[in-house]
Amino acid sequence: MERMQQIVGRARAAFRTGRSRPLEFRIQQLKALERMVQEKEKQILAALKADLNKSGPNAYSHEILGVLRELVRAMENLPSWAAPHPVKKDLLTLRDKAYIHYEPLGVVLVIGAWNYPFLLIMQPLIGAITAGNAVVVKPSEVSENTAQLLAELLPQYLDKDLYAVVTGGAPETTELLTQRFDHILYTGSSRVGRIVMAAAAKHLTPVTLELGGKSPCYIDKDCDLTVACRRITWGKYMNCGQTCIAPDYILCHPSIQDKVVENIKATLKEFYGDDVKSSPDYGKIINQRHFKRILGLLEGQKIAHGGESDEASCFIAPTILTDVSPESKVMEEEIFGPVLPIVTVKSVEEAIEFINLREKPLALYVFSNKQQQLITRVIAETSSGGMTANDVLMHSLVPDLPFGGVGQSGMGAYLGRYSFETFSHHRSCLIRDLRWEVVNKVRYPPGSMELMHL
Amino acid sequence: NPYAGLVSHLRASWLSGKTRPMEYRVAQLEALGRFLDDKKQQILEATASDLGKPPFEVELSEIFLCKNELHETLNNLSRWMKDEHVDKNLAMQLDSAFIRKDPYGVVLIIAPWNYPIHLCLVPLIGAIAAGNCVIVKPSEVSKKTERLVAEALPSYLDKAGHSPYPPILISLQDCFAVVTGAVQETTRLLENKFDYIFFTGTPTVGRIVMTAAAKHLTPVTLELGGKNPCYVSDICDVTNVARRVAWGRFFNAGQTCIAPDYLLCTIEMREKLIPALRKAIDDFYGPNPRESPDFGRIVSDKQFQRVQRLLGSGHVAIGGQTDEAERYIAPTVMVDVQPSDPIMQEEIFGPILPIMVIANMDEAIDFINSRERPLVLYAFSSNDKVVNQVLERTSSGGFCGNDTLMHMTLTSLPFGGIGNSGLGMHHGKFSFDTFSHHRGCLKRGMGREPLNAPRYPPYSPQKFGLIRATSKVSRKNDCTLL
Repeated sequence: MERMQQIVGRARAAFRTGRSRPLEFRIQQLKALERMVQEKEKQILAALKADLNKSGPNAYSHEILGVLRELVRAMENLPSWAAPHPVKKDLLTLRDKAYIHYEPLGVVLVIGAWNYPFLLIMQPLIGAITAGNAVVVKPSEVSENTAQLLAELLPQYLDKDLYAVVTGGAPETTELLTQRFDHILYTGSSRVGRIVMAAAAKHLTPVTLELGGKSPCYIDKDCDLTVACRRITWGKYMNCGQTCIAPDYILCHPSIQDKVVENIKATLKEFYGDDVKSSPDYGKIINQRHFKRILGLLEGQKIAHGGESDEASCFIAPTILTDVSPESKVMEEEIFGPVLPIVTVKSVEEAIEFINLREKPLALYVFSNKQQQLITRVIAETSSGGMTANDVLMHSLVPDLPFGGVGQSGMGAYLGRYSFETFSHHRSCLIRDLRWEVVNKVRYPPGSMELMHL
Repeated sequence: NPYAGLVSHLRASWLSGKTRPMEYRVAQLEALGRFLDDKKQQILEATASDLGKPPFEVELSEIFLCKNELHETLNNLSRWMKDEHVDKNLAMQLDSAFIRKDPYGVVLIIAPWNYPIHLCLVPLIGAIAAGNCVIVKPSEVSKKTERLVAEALPSYLDKAGHSPYPPILISLQDCFAVVTGAVQETTRLLENKFDYIFFTGTPTVGRIVMTAAAKHLTPVTLELGGKNPCYVSDICDVTNVARRVAWGRFFNAGQTCIAPDYLLCTIEMREKLIPALRKAIDDFYGPNPRESPDFGRIVSDKQFQRVQRLLGSGHVAIGGQTDEAERYIAPTVMVDVQPSDPIMQEEIFGPILPIMVIANMDEAIDFINSRERPLVLYAFSSNDKVVNQVLERTSSGGFCGNDTLMHMTLTSLPFGGIGNSGLGMHHGKFSFDTFSHHRGCLKRGMGREPLNAPRYPPYSPQKFGLIRATSKVSRKNDCTLL
């Protein structure tokens, strides 16, 4: 308890000195992070390989590239994001200065997840630093190599008092959450999201929760199945299905189910070869607990493809399930693994109803050639954190789109400008003149109704 | 769970999509305007009964400001509702990337008693504009206004219907409901799952609301309170300062979340301010404010007793008279108060202005920064630099230089707190944004699949090079010549 208090106390004291506020200082810290990523690339890739068996190019493009992009975006835009934003005035305030003044919140807590362990600490950290805050990061202990590496590297490159790394599991996180922060960004499960928000409530701390859910993927009869299935296969089996915005399950008409399976099978062969286990590009399940959990979801299911597993290496082959019942276990929880259930629906109406009966997902996917009617309709009649039509995952890569969930999949958003706004206080400022008192006369008592109608 | 039926009824309406079309939202908003016009007399009477509100104050703060929000919303709604298209990188040039403003679903608005119409309607305008179904829970403390809202408002919104639901009155329609009751009823109401909760009230209850919201992962906006400091520098026009501060402090008998709570100034300034404040009070309310039709009353016996107790420390420099039967507390200025006195420990929310003496601006800033961050901070000086210094070296929800309250009259400024004084913001477009989910959408085509080839396994450095080339964000020219 004392240790957490000290760490947070030190960060708060450092914040109070005001040194994290000048833009030059923030950019200096961001530049240091850029150097860190470039200089320590080998170590970062090694940690990701050890934790998730991510291959070099894969890890680089899915974690490091995203971090570098975020750094460049922040450094480029900080001056314009941080500038006071003048607002429209009315007759009464015409002579005044009215603007929004962006200010740091104070001490921000970032709790990372294990599936993109480097990315999900670095991107929020970059946002919080850009907005001028002090930051405490708590990487996931499940991806222990990356956590250890961050604990070693960050203090080497960043201001040690303002930015701290806390390692540990649930007990340490619980302790940390008793401290007072000025914003908490948490990435992880809805269950723990509730715990984080309840802890935050004690201090009236605003939160951004990046959670999860079952992201549906509807495939319309009228679409290029080869292309659709290739794109879906890519997004589903990347990182062995351990992606918060992976297409979780497919909804399609029974008449195309077999073709969907065939296409995915063909694509899998294209991607990973005949022997997936020996492909350098296919990851692994993070640990035994999740391995067992995912295998458990296969019970009683019709396995159209895959199903092979190896406990020692936490390997589960890319798997497709067909004719899945909506009431089965695999349709209850977020799969977060390389298992793709197909649930058949007779129409887009049925698909929409199916989706709306369930919790709002983090992402939603729809494949169709009928852009104007069907896709437009699906977007209009459903709700989700974000969505992509005719592809998967890609909305998270558009620089100016906010990334976040809704309902059980989360609250708030970040990335790019949204990070800056999330981690800043938007202070409304009105600066008047002490003269021109005559203008104020109308508002003072004794009140007159005639004066009201001005 | 006595409200489960009501909430699920509204949720079913929500799922039917009824509240989404712009025409529907506009119809409801226009109906709110008619409510304010038709029921003006009843609003004047109810607020006069509840808070002794002067008609002028009601016209200004409860009706006029609401109508401004309404008109601002109606004027801009179609623009706010439109998909916001965003820039794309090279790889996505032929795609459509935009932000869709989705309603959340069923929204709960909990309103306080001090501006019982305004603080019900302004969030309601935002929630309706964003396409949600709404349950409004007005404060039971402002009894007459609560009754007015519960009985009259529903008939303007959506379909009217009454479902007697002992022991609490609920007005039942498809998409809107008013729920009345006190702490117990609010607690039971909060057991339900809402898609957004907007709460205005105290930090203590704010914590309770957020804790209840956490169980359902419901996002919240909390408009809370605190002690709003008012720094007056030595260089200023004392007469004008006194009038502006007195106006802000004594409006609604001090029961305003953004009222200047206490004053910070040097002893020299204090000596000048006191006579100036005395004159301002006399100009505004006459020699006996109790007889002025322009000065309000405390809302309840409980609040009256609480505020009256705060007079117990320090010295009364102006005013200090009270009358329990009328719940009247005179416009009062106190001096010689200590930071540890009750009046400096809790939000006053009454017509008392304590003056704390400090040696200089630095001491004032240190004093302010050693306390919880307030909803608003005021600084008065004829010297721009002083006002700026106070702004730069402190933190607060909002800030107003050289006046009080006025920052909240601009619908283009976000209104919200920070730390103990709240989280989130609203007013104008910020209300619409608060009550909408900003959904990132990307529409791609099925063609041009070869362009996607670099991202697929088997991975290779060559493929990776292509990805970088088409989606890279590069530093703009570091040229410093110009």
